[in-house]
Amino acid sequence: MSTTLPPPRTAERTNYLNADYSWQSWLFTTDHKRIALLYLFSITAFFFVGGAFAVGMRLNLLRPEGLFQHDTYNKLFTMHGIIMVFFFLVPSIPATLGNFLIPPMIGARDLAFPRINLLSWYIYIFGGIFAISAIVRGGVDTGWTFYAPFSSTYSNTHVILAAIGVFISGFSSILTGLNFIVTIHKMRAPGMTWSRLPLFVWAHYATSLIQVLGTPVIAITLVLLGLERILHAGIFDPNLGGDPVLFQHLFWFYSHPAVYIMILPGMGVISEIIACFSRKSIFGYGFVAFSSVAIAVLGFLVWGHHLFVAGQSIYASMVFSFISFLVAVPSAIKVFNWTATMYRGSISFETPMLYAIGFIGLFTIGGLTGLFLATMAVDVHLTDTYFVIAHFHYVMVGGMVLAYMGGIHFWFPKITGRLYPENWARLAAAIIFVGFNLTFFPQFILGYLGMPRRYATYAEEFQVLNVFSTAGASILGIGYIMPLIYLTWAWRKGPKSPQNPWHAKGLEWEQSPTPPPTFNFDVPPVVTEPPYNYAEEVESGGH
Amino acid sequence: MTHKVVSVKTFALVFFALIALTITTVGVSRIELGEYNFICAMTIAVIKGSLVVWFFMDVRRSSSLTKLFVGAGFFWMAILLVFILSDYLSRGWLPRPGWW
Amino acid sequence: MADIDATLPAHEEAGLKHHFDDSAQQLESSTLGMWVFLLTEIMFFGGMFGAYTVYRNLYPDAFASTSHFMNLTIGAINTGVLICSSFTMVLAVRSAQLGQKKALITFLILTLVLGCIFLGLKYVEYHEKWVDHHIPGPGFRYEESQYFHQAQILFFLYFAMTGMHAIHMIVGAGLLTTLIVMASRDRFSAAWYTPVEMIGLYWHFVDIVWIFLFPLLYLIGHTS
Repeated sequence: MSTTLPPPRTAERTNYLNADYSWQSWLFTTDHKRIALLYLFSITAFFFVGGAFAVGMRLNLLRPEGLFQHDTYNKLFTMHGIIMVFFFLVPSIPATLGNFLIPPMIGARDLAFPRINLLSWYIYIFGGIFAISAIVRGGVDTGWTFYAPFSSTYSNTHVILAAIGVFISGFSSILTGLNFIVTIHKMRAPGMTWSRLPLFVWAHYATSLIQVLGTPVIAITLVLLGLERILHAGIFDPNLGGDPVLFQHLFWFYSHPAVYIMILPGMGVISEIIACFSRKSIFGYGFVAFSSVAIAVLGFLVWGHHLFVAGQSIYASMVFSFISFLVAVPSAIKVFNWTATMYRGSISFETPMLYAIGFIGLFTIGGLTGLFLATMAVDVHLTDTYFVIAHFHYVMVGGMVLAYMGGIHFWFPKITGRLYPENWARLAAAIIFVGFNLTFFPQFILGYLGMPRRYATYAEEFQVLNVFSTAGASILGIGYIMPLIYLTWAWRKGPKSPQNPWHAKGLEWEQSPTPPPTFNFDVPPVVTEPPYNYAEEVESGGH
Repeated sequence: MTHKVVSVKTFALVFFALIALTITTVGVSRIELGEYNFICAMTIAVIKGSLVVWFFMDVRRSSSLTKLFVGAGFFWMAILLVFILSDYLSRGWLPRPGWW
Repeated sequence: MADIDATLPAHEEAGLKHHFDDSAQQLESSTLGMWVFLLTEIMFFGGMFGAYTVYRNLYPDAFASTSHFMNLTIGAINTGVLICSSFTMVLAVRSAQLGQKKALITFLILTLVLGCIFLGLKYVEYHEKWVDHHIPGPGFRYEESQYFHQAQILFFLYFAMTGMHAIHMIVGAGLLTTLIVMASRDRFSAAWYTPVEMIGLYWHFVDIVWIFLFPLLYLIGHTS
């Protein structure tokens, strides 16, 4: 189904893209939309770097005896994790879609601190340089979790370089979160009350709280780790009186909430897409908004579920296990509400909606398998197996990356002023879905059967499933490369987009031109209606 | 700023209170009170910190939002400390077989 | 083709950035932003307080032993110095509120000087530790050999915490210097002095960290 095109315009109106073409206007910009694009390009680059490491891993896992040397394999999975977690997943939606859309969604001209926004991108790049130099100089082999005392005492790879890279990029995350919090509190347009905010904004608000409260802890943990690596005072070394579990406590205090940093923005995107392509207001808006904040808060109280077999006390473990069950509830509430939104809606299956529906299914599987891991007795058997890997890839890739792709496609017309080729996009979405499941579903089985993670070799009986997984990974790779090609093509050569090709609700679609001018609005917006006011449509469908 | 200016006298009173509390805490630390040394010292530190936050950082006259954020910050650090400590303090509690 | 952005308010007010509607919104945003930043600082130091709490809990006797080597005199004087500097900082902000340029500069300089005194005394203390071989690393020695490892961990945390605090003080000194330069160039007035206020908040926060560090590192265990 294609959208009817508007009559061709003779002169292109001034927008944030064509206002100035000089490189200085891009590298010294304070326009949140340009900064979002700067992030978009760098994050995409890191995604493919992290993906390259995954290719290496899956190639190695084709044969039980492996392919690379064990040390090399250790470096592959470590760098895959570090790049994907810290340089792709954590910044992805907030720094790109969040930066671009939050001001227009709330009716503001820019974020509260535009220069700090630009600074956050430079900090991100600076941190990325350290990460890349760690790669170039031979990589790190500690796992992205940097567990001590291996990382502090025994590993002879470039731990400190990588830790500095992560440390620096953490400040980028903090500044982004800080900016969003202040912006959402102080810069809403008249009439834009908290209960009229798009759920995308609520999700980013909750995410920002986590970024601000959690990231400093991993920062100080990496500082302590680096100092320990130099001085060998023993803070995490049992031979010297230290406790390695303390490192794990401090590390996971951030890294567990970090996974909610990664998923909450994706949930925000899904809310927007589901509402638009069901032509219905989100069912239970208040519940979904409250759930975002509940996930953020509860997410800080569960980190001990990563320490069940590490030597943490049983009583503390029980508390963490119980709260981990609780934190599943708000996520489930969201899934129920999205489903209820679709029920009796007028559903159409454009690419963003395909990704959103895929998200709901795959995130649900990923989330439910988290409960297996939160159960202490079961975790004893599943921890450090491929079950864990499958679990987090279902939520992060099946969930988060699908949401990211859906969001990129949904707002592509707004960002670029062009339309992407719908059929190619749908094909890519299908390929991604098939490739993803073929890659990671076998890993649930492998984990259940006992295949450990982070091993370059494995027992022969696991080979068939590993081969399926690698086959799936190649399909998945094709699925990711396709949008890279057609979206780049569409940006330059795609048909011009009308103001609101999806006939979506929301200030960014209805009152801000496509693409937006530098200050987002021609006329200051005033908000009078509730969000997702699709019910007012009397005609048969909007498109 | 729409606020009235705070008087020097108020600030001076807080200043002298902080100095007095510092002298007090040093003095109390000289007395052997066992576990209470820690509790006393921490209580005095909390009072001093609160004076700085309330008066010097002007949270007294700030919006509820600011107060909420200040409270949340200290509360979150407390979460970190309490939950980590709960692991260490309960490690010795071995379950007695057959207690249930 | 509308090049004039009708959403931009006319900006006669000093220092008002284009994306804000009025200076009240701008000031509230700056204040909230600085507080959110201070929240991150609470959590940053909080991690070290956490590590410290754990090891104090695990090694109370070793801890009591190390506390004898803390220079209580310098610690107490430094606490007083920082409290004075918070006082002068608050008076500086007040002067800015009243548009009193000379008083503002005077109090900013006093704050800076007191901060430098703190750092100087800290240097003396660190030097003492160096002479005593209490700096963790290959050169570490400890008087009571049965506590060697635990003491090294505790001194590690001592240096990490006070060192991180000192780094924040140095940054604060730099910020104060910037303020002094700006003030002498007449950048501030009773209508706009936001940086003074914001850096004041930062300075007070660094003082509060010390208010907690002092008893934890210098006072507890001193009687045993």
